[in-house]
Amino acid sequence: MSARDEIFANIRRSLGVKGTEATRRGIVADRLERAPRGVTIARGQVSGEERLALFRTQAESALATVTEVASAAEVPQVVAEYLRNHNLPAAIRMGEDPRLTALPWDATALELSRGRSEGADLNAVSHAFGAVAETGSLVMVSGPENPSTLNFLPDNHIVVVSAKDVAGDYESVWQKVRFAFGKSAMPRTVNWITGPSRSGDIEQTMLLGAHGPRRLHIVVVRD
Amino acid sequence: MTVHATSPQFKDNAARALADQQLQRALGNVKRGFIDKRQKAIDKLPEFEALRDSARDIKTHTLQHLDLYLEAYEQKVTASGGHVHFARNADEAREIVLAICRAAGAQTVTKGKTMIAEEIGLNAYLENHNITPVETDLGEYIIQLRNEMPSHIIAPAVHLNATQVEQDFRRVHTHLEDKRDLSEPVKLLTEARGVLRDRFLSADVGITGANFLVAETGTSIIVTNEGNGDLTQILPKTHIVLASIEKLVPTLEDVSQILRVLARSATGQEMSVYTTFSTGARRPGDLDGPENYHVVILDNGRSSMLGTSFEEMLRCIRCGACMNHCPVYHAVGGHAYGWVYPGPMGAVLTPTLIGVDKAGHLPNASTFCGRCESVCPVRIPLPKLMRHWREREFERHLTPSTVRSGLGIWGFFAKRPALYRLATRAAMAVLGRAGRSSGRFRWLPLSAGWTKHRDFPAPQGETFQQRFARERGKRRAA
Repeated sequence: MSARDEIFANIRRSLGVKGTEATRRGIVADRLERAPRGVTIARGQVSGEERLALFRTQAESALATVTEVASAAEVPQVVAEYLRNHNLPAAIRMGEDPRLTALPWDATALELSRGRSEGADLNAVSHAFGAVAETGSLVMVSGPENPSTLNFLPDNHIVVVSAKDVAGDYESVWQKVRFAFGKSAMPRTVNWITGPSRSGDIEQTMLLGAHGPRRLHIVVVRD
Repeated sequence: MTVHATSPQFKDNAARALADQQLQRALGNVKRGFIDKRQKAIDKLPEFEALRDSARDIKTHTLQHLDLYLEAYEQKVTASGGHVHFARNADEAREIVLAICRAAGAQTVTKGKTMIAEEIGLNAYLENHNITPVETDLGEYIIQLRNEMPSHIIAPAVHLNATQVEQDFRRVHTHLEDKRDLSEPVKLLTEARGVLRDRFLSADVGITGANFLVAETGTSIIVTNEGNGDLTQILPKTHIVLASIEKLVPTLEDVSQILRVLARSATGQEMSVYTTFSTGARRPGDLDGPENYHVVILDNGRSSMLGTSFEEMLRCIRCGACMNHCPVYHAVGGHAYGWVYPGPMGAVLTPTLIGVDKAGHLPNASTFCGRCESVCPVRIPLPKLMRHWREREFERHLTPSTVRSGLGIWGFFAKRPALYRLATRAAMAVLGRAGRSSGRFRWLPLSAGWTKHRDFPAPQGETFQQRFARERGKRRAA
């Protein structure tokens, strides 16, 4: 008997399962289909300005910084300003996301390069798929538009998110993922990012900038 | 099982740990670091207790249908271009990993934090086969340099102080300037970041664990604060996920419920920094991500826990709250437990994985204060399960003869209430009179195990039974 078959046989024996077990199969198929939401978190059940305010508070308490702009066209200026204020080189790396590439970068002195990160880029700009106000988390999906390496290798990660994509809770984001990618289908990688990289492994003292970005800056576009 | 277990020597280990001043200083960080933060995070979430019930129910439901969820998960992984391998035991799991590494022509593998790799002794095995494993979680990296096992499931180097880490870095990072300043923890962190960055970029295979596997989508999930797990899995051409059968959950909604109790219970964060959902291999057009995606699912005795009282242990989500709140763990640290999993969860799990004959001391290393159960996010009745092990140990005659005969004598009296009352009354009277002057005994016959470490208080007044009878009489009269 193969390892696989033996493990399955042992699980069934331990659980006392016999026969065709249509009932059990029905229960499992139903749960996978319906995906019940479970306990609802009151904190996330807010909308409009209240939800954006919650997202901001939560992201900041996770030590991210947040700026809001009235329209996407302002993003390049805000990015340039952020880098200047932190004495960082005026160069950014980003993917092929049309929501980013279409912006007026020429109006700034920023040096742009495209593609995944090879490990030497200091600054990256990504566009989030969405965000979750409940914990101030960003939701990133992989692909040529926003390569996953940009989320982790650069020292400074700037993430643009549309105000309309800020959801109250995780469950709402999963609904959106299913709508975009199909039921029970997932992009190769979904990253929830809540604040910049950190470690508490030395004497249980929290220090920022472990292996991922030392800074996480979020630009919320309110259009 | 190739990791050498020192669990049979728990008592010696514990005695050594208690005398180790450096360790005792470091263990202070456990009490300071985790308990208050967890409490604060929970106070901010009114639904926390309801979420614990929800998390418990999700895990229980999944375990009851584990064969079917595993089947659904396997199909989804395969459909998304990944491969699932099943391993009955540690030997099989190691061989599968080695075969994948060889097929990838691997010389170096980076590793995100995985307790399953510790359980199967993967690092030593890979080294013996000329493959260099590099731990990338800061704590795991530090203990790898020291050739130690993790002493905590989420804070592997919690037994160390910064000065020890500095010494290790100076010993190993010989390519760096001798006179560099490493006096602050942040400098140690920065140095590790620099050293490991090169290793990330040059690794051939990345190995991570999995906090959860999602049946609905064939997704593996890792939760980290450092981002090391992500760099481990997106940079090399091949990603291997090491998981065990009980990591399954049905849906993305289900795992979202459990994630809400995980970080709060573990580090007191509302959410860890990076929660990563990985499904299959790199997609057409992707610029990064692994080309090969393998999941190795280990049983190692777990399927036999189903249907027994130890099934409840399979709900464990490895948050570490039980050890963070355990007075025994606070006193002796994780290494004393002698194998991979320390603290209360280790005391229950280790005997099932390496045998109660080897790990029988662990379920006895408990004060039964119940704090572990009271903080467990999936409500595992840890004290009850430890008691089950004690019973089995007793049934199998693994308990020392002195304890057995002592219990036998106690049993003789306990079954004869009149005699018990008479004997305790006589003993209390004698001891009370003998200890009248100081109120305590520094030594008592047959009780050296107690009096060696602390005085035995001299009994005063009536026995419990006498007082109970008196109080009950009073209440009846009233």
